[in-house]
Amino acid sequence: MSEVKPLLSVEKLKTCFELDEGTVKAVDGVSFKLYPSKILGIVGESGCGKSITIKSILRILEKPGRITSGKIMFHSTKSPGKAESELVDLAQLEPHCKQIRSIRGNEIALIPQEPMAAFSPVHTIGNQITEAVLLHSSIGSSEAQQIVIKCLREVGIPNPERCMEMYSWELSGGLRQRALISMALVCEPSLLIADEPTTAIDVTTQAQILNLLRILQKDHNTAIIFITHDLGVISQLADDVVVMYLGRVMEVGPVDDIFHNPQHPYTKALLKSIPTINTVNRSWLPTIEGSIPHAFHRPKGCPFHQRCQDVIPGLCDQKTPALHPVTDHQSVSCFKIHDFVDQP
Amino acid sequence: MLQYIIKRLLILPFLLFIFSIIAFILIQAPPGDFLTSYIAELATSGSSIERAQIDALRALYGLDQPLYIQYFKWIGRLLTGDLGFSLDWQKPISELIGERLALTLALGVGTFIFTWLVAIPIGILSATRQYSFFDYFFTVFNYIGVATPTFMTALVLMWIAFKYYGLSVTGLFSPEYIDAVWSWDRTVDLLKHLWLPVVILGLDGTARLARVMRANLLDELKKPYMEMARAKGMSEWSLVMKYPVRLALNPLVSTIGWYLPLIFSGSVIVATVMNLPTIGPMLLRALISQDMFLAGTIILIYMILAIIGTLISDILLAWLDPRIRMEDN
Repeated sequence: MSEVKPLLSVEKLKTCFELDEGTVKAVDGVSFKLYPSKILGIVGESGCGKSITIKSILRILEKPGRITSGKIMFHSTKSPGKAESELVDLAQLEPHCKQIRSIRGNEIALIPQEPMAAFSPVHTIGNQITEAVLLHSSIGSSEAQQIVIKCLREVGIPNPERCMEMYSWELSGGLRQRALISMALVCEPSLLIADEPTTAIDVTTQAQILNLLRILQKDHNTAIIFITHDLGVISQLADDVVVMYLGRVMEVGPVDDIFHNPQHPYTKALLKSIPTINTVNRSWLPTIEGSIPHAFHRPKGCPFHQRCQDVIPGLCDQKTPALHPVTDHQSVSCFKIHDFVDQP
Repeated sequence: MLQYIIKRLLILPFLLFIFSIIAFILIQAPPGDFLTSYIAELATSGSSIERAQIDALRALYGLDQPLYIQYFKWIGRLLTGDLGFSLDWQKPISELIGERLALTLALGVGTFIFTWLVAIPIGILSATRQYSFFDYFFTVFNYIGVATPTFMTALVLMWIAFKYYGLSVTGLFSPEYIDAVWSWDRTVDLLKHLWLPVVILGLDGTARLARVMRANLLDELKKPYMEMARAKGMSEWSLVMKYPVRLALNPLVSTIGWYLPLIFSGSVIVATVMNLPTIGPMLLRALISQDMFLAGTIILIYMILAIIGTLISDILLAWLDPRIRMEDN
């Protein structure tokens, strides 16, 4: 078996927000790998650093957020002036430099969290999608419009020519999300980042959108990073899963292993809190005790130890466990499983 | 769009009718009429006038008739293009205000353009560089601009110009051009004088507008479409100009409706202080001497300017914002 190189490999990424009140370590040493044409799910509660991780990858962090250390190695295949593919460390680029702008939208595209507000209300859908094409190629605008119409048709928008002339607020939630997907896909990126793309739409539409993403992923061989707090969605869609808590990776591995053989107490607790078909009606679902600590009061040691049922006093509250492999594919950061300490 | 404009235009005659009534009521509101103040003026200068002569004058000007008849006579003459006769100046009103109206418009439009040209870039730079030295500098500057009355600025600048440069900056023309016929040289001379009142009048509006632009833009810069546009790979500057600036302008455009009339009426005091030949000081004089037809005409002109301002802002807003344009359909 020849070795496949990862499309994206994030290594010990740290992103901080320097505020007057103190430094918030939003992403604290996150590592994962994404292979071409695979779907990676990132799950975690609100505020665990999922969105900041992908904003760091795209280098669209708002001030005062900045990457303090770590690597984001991306396999760029469309770099201008170079025929061959090139390994770029995105963390080393300036946030507004030409190189990162030629990657954004062109090689790494984003489907944002809020489809309602992701389009400007005073520019037509066609104008905004065509703009993405024109930014990354030297073709004329009528040719670009043909590409956009084709792409809109592909994501299942009826009458795409008419949709080009419409404004985002004239579309239903589902159609708007489809238009956003077509805007992300129009430049044929090798990596698509979907930041909770289905949270704002109703369940039936959600299912359609997920189906569409799966079909498009197969047709275009696009790799996807799918961010959600919905474990059900992850189980249907993802090949690999990263479980995050307070800016750290708790567990990472193939979707089947994570769901059927979870190692980390946090992953176990998360999975228990999903209702299943066998759950007794009107019974309480298990919850994780306590709440997420405030960003300024991160606990010492393992970030989860205050809420963990298997906490080892004197160890978990003193030292931070490293993310260490337990099988060929699955890695866990927990002292119950191994005793490797994270070296900062 | 066309439907929208036609709708707005159709309301105009009704608005004008109502405004003309209001203007007429306003000029009739002070006790007495032109003749009472004329008689009082004669009395202070020592001469007197006979009762019969007064009655004759009153009949001549139609002042002895009921108010509604006076109104309809006035409005009837206005509709035929006859602005009437100034009792005070003893001249046809059209002759009196013709050039003054043109100069008033030049001053108003000049002030308006100055305000926008200066305020919008300041607002954009302040918002995109929030809390920078530039931002703080213009914040202080803007508060001073808003807090200082325009006539005060005018007086201070006139004093500085006179004391340090020996210049008299009153009026809109050099003495040799005041009564000259229009020519290229006279226009150049006008422009040489116009900029100072424009700056003085525009300072207050510029300061306000820059603050509003900054606040609007700061709101827009946080919107999710910004992130989306960045993720598309747009350069920061072109995306700021294309999306948030465009959206932040919409609320500003709706201020044109009241800002234009404000410039015209607000210029009365500055025009008096700086001795500008606009219709503002003339209105003041007409009101004092109760020269009702002149005052009524000028008030009506102000009202028409207000309507035009609102119309312009309505049309611009519909053109800029499809949500407003399509509301009617």
